[in-house]
Amino acid sequence: MKKPPRIKIPEGIKAGDVIEIKTLATHIMETGNRKDAAGNKIPRDIIHTFRATFEGREVFSVALGSGIAANPYFAFFLRVPGPGTFELTWIDDEGETTVEKVPLVVA
Amino acid sequence: MDKRLLMKDAFCFKLLDRRDFVLGAGAGALLASLVGGTRKANAVTGSEEFEAALAEILKGATPNSGGVGMDIPAAVENGDYVPIALGVESPMTAESYVRAIHLLSPANPRARVATFTFTPLSGRARVTTVMRLAKTQEVVAVAELSDGTLLMSTRSVDVKVGGCGT
Repeated sequence: MKKPPRIKIPEGIKAGDVIEIKTLATHIMETGNRKDAAGNKIPRDIIHTFRATFEGREVFSVALGSGIAANPYFAFFLRVPGPGTFELTWIDDEGETTVEKVPLVVA
Repeated sequence: MDKRLLMKDAFCFKLLDRRDFVLGAGAGALLASLVGGTRKANAVTGSEEFEAALAEILKGATPNSGGVGMDIPAAVENGDYVPIALGVESPMTAESYVRAIHLLSPANPRARVATFTFTPLSGRARVTTVMRLAKTQEVVAVAELSDGTLLMSTRSVDVKVGGCGT
């Protein structure tokens, strides 16, 4: 990704809380259906997978198609089991994998 | 990063903030009203790819009509950028949770917009994202529950200018 994804996690969380996590990636999400000025098809280039895990356990994932808008935004929830590392992964058609690790500070 | 993209990002966050406010203001009530307001599910028809994708998800079963909350504008100017929130009321425990919500488009070049997968760790079966719509159509959401139950809701969206090359 040209610049790191933005991740928003609420502050002051406690074990057992259900919190909303907001993520915004930077990606063109080229659909593969468009043609350039010369009439050649522009190849598809999208983020096809987004995954959120907590201490290695799956929380939420998305299989994206080209119908997700450019700069994919996802807001989803986590039931906080306790302190630990929250890991977010984006994978695109070119094989570029972006991983962000966020330690969750739990009161 | 060029200026245009930065502007788009700024616009993006502005819109999202406003939507979050609306969602926060009455998410539960809104979900309930939307579930009640969705049309009879099985009436939807669309592209060949859409029909195939829906059949693949339903595997011959008949889904319950309604039950997936769909928060999406009834009309949009720009099909490139259509905010949507999907949710199913569920305790999200190991015994009873929502496995997945499939988002389908009957009239986009690609029928499968996204599949969202949840676990009991999700706590809530709810997701907010931004989709593309090529033209006016009835957007479809199918939820798979842990006991195998299928729920299907639809919402029609009037699109003034289609998402280019969606």
